[in-house]
This record gives sequence, structure tokens and C-alpha cells, in this order.
Amino acid sequence: MGLTVADVIRETTRAHLLAGRGKLFGQCVTAVGWIGGTVPELTEQEGIIELSMADVSGAGIAVGAALVPGQRPIYVIRYQGFMWYNAAPILNYAAKSKEMWGVPCPLAVRSIAMEGAIGPVASGCHHFMPLHMPGIKVAAPMTPKEWASVWQDYLDGDDPIYISEHRRSFPLQEEMPDVIQDSASVSLVGISASRLEMVKAAEILSAEGIVCNLLHLLWLKPLELSETICRAVAKCRLGLVIDSDYEFCGASESIALRLMHATGRPIHALGLEDRSAGFAPHFDNPTPTAERIVAKVKSVLNSTAA
Amino acid sequence: MSCRAPEFGWVEAATDSLADSDYLRLFKQISFNRHFEFAVAGHCDRKEIRIPIYLSVGQEHIPAVIASVTKDLKIFAQHRAHSYYLSFGGDPRKLVDELRNLTSGCAGGMGGSASIHCPESGMFGHSGLMGDQVPIAVGYALVSKNATMAVVGDGSGEEDYVLGAMGFAATKKVPVLFVCEDNDLSILTKTSARRSWGLAEVARSFGMGSVDIADDPLLIAHHVKQAMDNLPFYINIRTCRQLWHAGTGRDGLPEWNRFEMIKAHLAAKGYGDHVTALEQEAISEVEALWV
Repeated sequence: MGLTVADVIRETTRAHLLAGRGKLFGQCVTAVGWIGGTVPELTEQEGIIELSMADVSGAGIAVGAALVPGQRPIYVIRYQGFMWYNAAPILNYAAKSKEMWGVPCPLAVRSIAMEGAIGPVASGCHHFMPLHMPGIKVAAPMTPKEWASVWQDYLDGDDPIYISEHRRSFPLQEEMPDVIQDSASVSLVGISASRLEMVKAAEILSAEGIVCNLLHLLWLKPLELSETICRAVAKCRLGLVIDSDYEFCGASESIALRLMHATGRPIHALGLEDRSAGFAPHFDNPTPTAERIVAKVKSVLNSTAA
Repeated sequence: MSCRAPEFGWVEAATDSLADSDYLRLFKQISFNRHFEFAVAGHCDRKEIRIPIYLSVGQEHIPAVIASVTKDLKIFAQHRAHSYYLSFGGDPRKLVDELRNLTSGCAGGMGGSASIHCPESGMFGHSGLMGDQVPIAVGYALVSKNATMAVVGDGSGEEDYVLGAMGFAATKKVPVLFVCEDNDLSILTKTSARRSWGLAEVARSFGMGSVDIADDPLLIAHHVKQAMDNLPFYINIRTCRQLWHAGTGRDGLPEWNRFEMIKAHLAAKGYGDHVTALEQEAISEVEALWV
């Protein structure tokens, strides 16, 4: 059995804390489940700092820890929607410190998305917030190796980094390589948990004779649209960027625009609908499902065919 | 006695908190800070400085006193911080350059008046988000274990995250000296219009030591010295901002003029001529910076 994403996060964190390279800050991190098994069962002396429930000050305290030379602290936000509180010191101080004063403020923000009957705040990704601010990197790892590579980037650099995690990734063991096919007419570009739905959608579309490239985006900022991606997309009739965050003015729309300019192909976006999620299942606003992706692809293909 | 009085919180034990020689040295720094601010104001009025400026006239002695009785403090101040920069050893020329938008400025021109820093003296920059320096200071002190100072005003001290950070510092015994320059004004809104509670009482309720005092240098020195062995600690210092929140405007005379009171105190001890000479020296040094 290989390691799951949760295993990798937990064991990487354990080694980091025990080596004294940084502390882990968060609210209720040592509570039931240790955040999906991603937090090692260590003590305060070993590096886990339970913060009070004052979100903004908690984020500020983690930012202050990041100013201490040699430290690489971790700040855990249990639901990405809590970024509405936590964003202030992270985006106004940690992200700006190096540009303003030449003082690095490296902080790994583990911001965790969840979905499914959990209401308007805790649902979905909110990585559009850090994407909007200069000075902070944003990645959305979904596999063990991806998370490890993002972590290594954090250690190698001196920038704050927003790790847009998704609970659906925690049990995953397999990697998700890009799939590029000469016969593809559609390129699906997935972000976060939408990648899982994208894979299922490609199977459905393939059965109907629509061959899709599968392109997995790990880094949202800095955004590097590789030559491989651009070449694959340029050969297709259509591109679709799919995300587990809001579509309107979100990563999917923004990246679709860039990809369209880079390839000259029509690139569309699909993300969460522009409405609040409720707790009742019929009011949910989840990551675009395979069915929704399929419908979107067919709709666009049909409209362009006409 | 009203808390808005120059003798508020006076204790006899403060009388000898500064030796005369130290007080005179301190007076030189206070004079330098004050006349530096007047020089900035002059350049601003002549439109030679066009960025927003935040002057500390009337409060310029507070950081000078704290600097004179502490060492190796890490500093997290906020927008009204010229005198912190100067008192803790920042290069005045680099501050002048900063206010002139030059790349040779202490923040390379990025900081302006409000977001200055001085790594050489352990002073961190301020983002412009009022009060965010407090949790950041607490996090820094928690991990580094360095004695650290977080400065707020009576307005930013009301920010919820300031209170949350103070509570956390008290809980975890984080070595932070919380200083509130309480000029009773948030821009021009009086404290009484904004809240019915006191920050010193809140700090005490969190479980840390606190005092609420007027801005007499002897009193500040007395309490800061004691506080440094008892961090975290909160000091509320009642003071008078003599100019507007931003810019150089005035609204009449201050409730009290601490600078003149300091001079009178030293003159009464027989240092009148010395004080005059020290102030003139400071004026000359400031003038030389702007040539």
C-alpha cells in the first residue's frame, strides 16, 4: 500500500516539526481526527500550537512566526471559507513583506476545502482570494507527489504559499498524470477536486466518441502554461478549465482567458455556480460533477458546430 | 483625577527613574524627534513632500523614553512611527530619503511615512492595516522568544484581533510589551464616543500586568523598566497628539504640552542652559539632514 495524501502531509509535518524548522498553528488541530489524519499527534512542546478561536489574530500570530529567521511555519485553516477572516494578515502582511521591505515571510497556509451539505461558508475552494494578491504562491495539490513537491518548493523558497487542499484528496494514493491524445477534440484542464470529476467525464465522453485530453493544473500562481499543455490545447476544437472554486472571476475564468490567448482556441470555464450553498442537498453547490462537465462540453461543441 | 491629565497615574517611585545625565541624553533624542517632525511638516506644507504623512508631534518622547531604558527589543509599531525609527537607532537620512520617495530610503520608497522599517534596529514594517502589528508581534515573540514591543493607538487597540492577540500572549506568557499611545483620538473621534471600556482593564482581565499612566518620561521609564521583567505587560500612555491624524493641521492647543513640561522640569533642576543648547544642537542636526 502506498502513502495517501493525508499520510504524506502528516509525516512530512512530523519530520518538519521535530527538526525544529517551524511550528504548526491552527484551531482545534488536535481535536478529533487531527484534521483528517493530516496532523501528527505531537504536543505543544514538539511544535503544535493550538490557537484561540480568534481567527484574524491567529493568522497574524502565524505570520509573525514566519518573520523569525530560519523558520518555516505551517498555518492550518480547517475550511477555506474561513479565509474571509484569515486573509487579512496573510495577504496584507506575509504576501507583501518581501516586496515592501525585502523581509521574507515564508508561511505555508494549508487551507482545506470540503463540500457536501456543509453550507455557505465551509463549502468549496476559495483560492481566488490569494490568487488576487501579489507576493503569495498558490497551488492545489491532489496527489501524494504533488503535495510533496509543493512542500519542497516552500522549503526551497522564501515566499508564503497558499496550499489549496481538498478533503477529497486525503485518501488518494495514485498520481494523476496528464493524458494527451492525438485524436482529442477537447482539452479538459482541471483544478483541485474537479480533476476527479474531469477524469470521470472524459470516460463518459469517450464512450460517446468525444476524445478528451486530461490536463492537471497543480500551480495556479505562478501560472505556467507549459508548451506541452498549450500544444495539446491548440490542437483541439475546445478547451474547458474546471475548478472547485467559483467560476465568475475565479481561477477557471482567469486561466481560461490566458489559455485562450496562448492558444488561439476557444477556452471555456466551469466552476461553482454563482450562488450560496445551502445545507440541504438540493441547495448544495459542489465541484462541477462529471455530468455537468459532460453537459458543458456537449453544449459548447453543439453551439460551435451550428 | 481625570485620566486626561498630565499627572495621571503618578507614583513617587518614578521620581528617580532616570538619572539626570540619562534624562539630558534622552532630552536630546526627544528634541531631535520633535524637530525632525517639524521639518517634515515644513516640507509637506511647501509641497516638497506629497505623500500622506503621520507625525508624532506631542508623542515624540514616548519611544525615546522606551528606547532609553530597554535594549534588544524587536519593534512592531504602526503608521505614526518616525520617532520609533529615530529613537531606536534608525538612520535619519534614510528616513528623509524615504519621505522623498527615493530608493535610498529605509524602505526603498515603498514605505512612505506609514510603512517604514529598520532591520538594523529590529524594527519591522507595518502593512497599513491598523493593529495587525500586534498579533504579528505576538507570533514573532512566541517563536523567537525575543522581548518584543507592539505599539498601538487608542483606536487600533480596539481592533478585535488586537484583543485576541493580547489574550493569547497572556495565556502563553509571550514576552511582549504592549504600548498604547492613547491620545484619545481616532482621527478626530474621541474615545468616549467609541467605547466605554479601558484597554488596561482588558489587559488585566486577560491576566497580564498593566498600567494606565500619563506620558511623563519619568513615569514611563519607571513602568517600562519594571515591565521588562514581567512580560507580557500592557502600558496605556495618555498623551496628546498636537497635529492632525495625517498631515500638518492643528486644532488649537493640546491638552498639555509635554515637551515644554520636560524642559521646565529640567530647567528647575538647574539645566536650563544645557537644555537650550541641546535643543539647538538637535535643530541644527535636523536641518543638516534636509540640505
